[in-house]
Amino acid sequence: MAGAARRWSNEGVDEQRGTPVGRRIVLGMLGLGAAGVAVGASVQREVTRAFSPVSGIGDVLPAVGGFRFYSVVGTVRTPRDLRVRVDGLVDHPRGYSLAELAALPQTRVRRDFQCVTGWRVPHVEWAGVALPDLLDAAGVSSRARAVRFHSFDGTYTESLTLEQARRRDVLVATSMQGKPVSHDHGGPVRLFVAPMYGYKSLKWLGRIELTETVHPGYWENRGYDVDAWVGRSNGRDDAPT
Amino acid sequence: MRRPDGRDGHNGREGHDRREGHARGLLVRFTLAERWVHHLTALLMLACLVTAFMLYIPAFATMVGHREIVKPVHIYCGLLLPVPTLLGLASRAFRLDLGRLDRFGPHDGPWLRSGRRRAVVDGRGVVPVGKFNAGQKLNAAFTAGAALIMLGTGAMLTWPDPWPDRWRTGATFVHDWLFLVIAVVTLGHLWEAFRDPGALRGMATGRVTGDWAARHHAAWFDASGGASEGVSGVGGAVDVSAEARGDGPPA
Repeated sequence: MAGAARRWSNEGVDEQRGTPVGRRIVLGMLGLGAAGVAVGASVQREVTRAFSPVSGIGDVLPAVGGFRFYSVVGTVRTPRDLRVRVDGLVDHPRGYSLAELAALPQTRVRRDFQCVTGWRVPHVEWAGVALPDLLDAAGVSSRARAVRFHSFDGTYTESLTLEQARRRDVLVATSMQGKPVSHDHGGPVRLFVAPMYGYKSLKWLGRIELTETVHPGYWENRGYDVDAWVGRSNGRDDAPT
Repeated sequence: MRRPDGRDGHNGREGHDRREGHARGLLVRFTLAERWVHHLTALLMLACLVTAFMLYIPAFATMVGHREIVKPVHIYCGLLLPVPTLLGLASRAFRLDLGRLDRFGPHDGPWLRSGRRRAVVDGRGVVPVGKFNAGQKLNAAFTAGAALIMLGTGAMLTWPDPWPDRWRTGATFVHDWLFLVIAVVTLGHLWEAFRDPGALRGMATGRVTGDWAARHHAAWFDASGGASEGVSGVGGAVDVSAEARGDGPPA
């Protein structure tokens, strides 16, 4: 035991006389980390711009400015024969197959996609049926004041006022960047609400329901703003999309 | 007897074999407490990295799904990451080793720059490396700094309310990019460990052979003074290398 103690003290004294490089590295890194938090938003914007438009690498590494995959359920299984129903306070409720949606006049929108958690994907091109066209086809009842959207499994819902839903940049999107919307991006059919934060753009759309009032959606029941204008809600000041 | 045919007088191999024959004693490299600190930290770190892949890399995220399970695992493992180290501070051996990892001695700079880091003559490392080489010291410092930064930025992302938007985005930026560096450095650490069974054994059992210690940590081997430990044959091994040095030209 005495031998062991002597061994440690002898050698320990030798090695503890050196320069505390390790401590300096740790403190230096903490400084860099704090600086990164302070200026990271600007740096990330430049990184995103440099890699824009995001191609393959964004699918591997979201940090270069790609989409991040969020889902509120464990797994999402698309039904084989998916139809998007339009019902509720309408004169002509009906379901649309993918082919029927594709046969309607198509609208294109090219905008940045802004998430409320901060990431932004520049210049994403969406195409599909403009929501007001579908609403007109269904014949909206005079009692309707809002539109409620349901994912096909019913877990996720969102709502817009009727006025918001009549904007031409709100799409029932079936195409993204010139290709069918992939499953991971909410395909085959998703909502795209161009001027609002991403959580309004419900993925895996299954039902469009005309209602009398706005029903707060999945995240809105967890504290997010119902009117989710980019740059004017959720306490954020992002550039409008 | 020693040189029956005059061929192997300066043959390091012979000295090596004889050393192994003699140095049957083992040196204590890590105490039980130190090994627990290492293993628990390693487990938490790997859990953080694996869950990070599942939450962040789109290919894994879509394959695995189940964010509601993966996310809390990631957060709790991250919050627990410093706990083994903090508990380890109760151990004197651990505190001493932290001091050793912290301090750079006169040989560490040359060791890093030298092309002869692994050079061994007569079973003994040429550079008198202490208990830890400079690479291990850098790895320890980086891992400590990185863990603290990830803890801080991760906490900001887990409890975002007090922070302005720009700081949250900045925290995301730091957490995202540092993750990549940590993944690479951790793989490097595993690579170095798995190609050195002696080192692996040192961390698994706490003990290393005198032979391994002399090759990789010559100064620590000397300071551990196998002789004063009463490890049979280690003194003899030192004699052998002296003899071998006298016999042949230095390699």
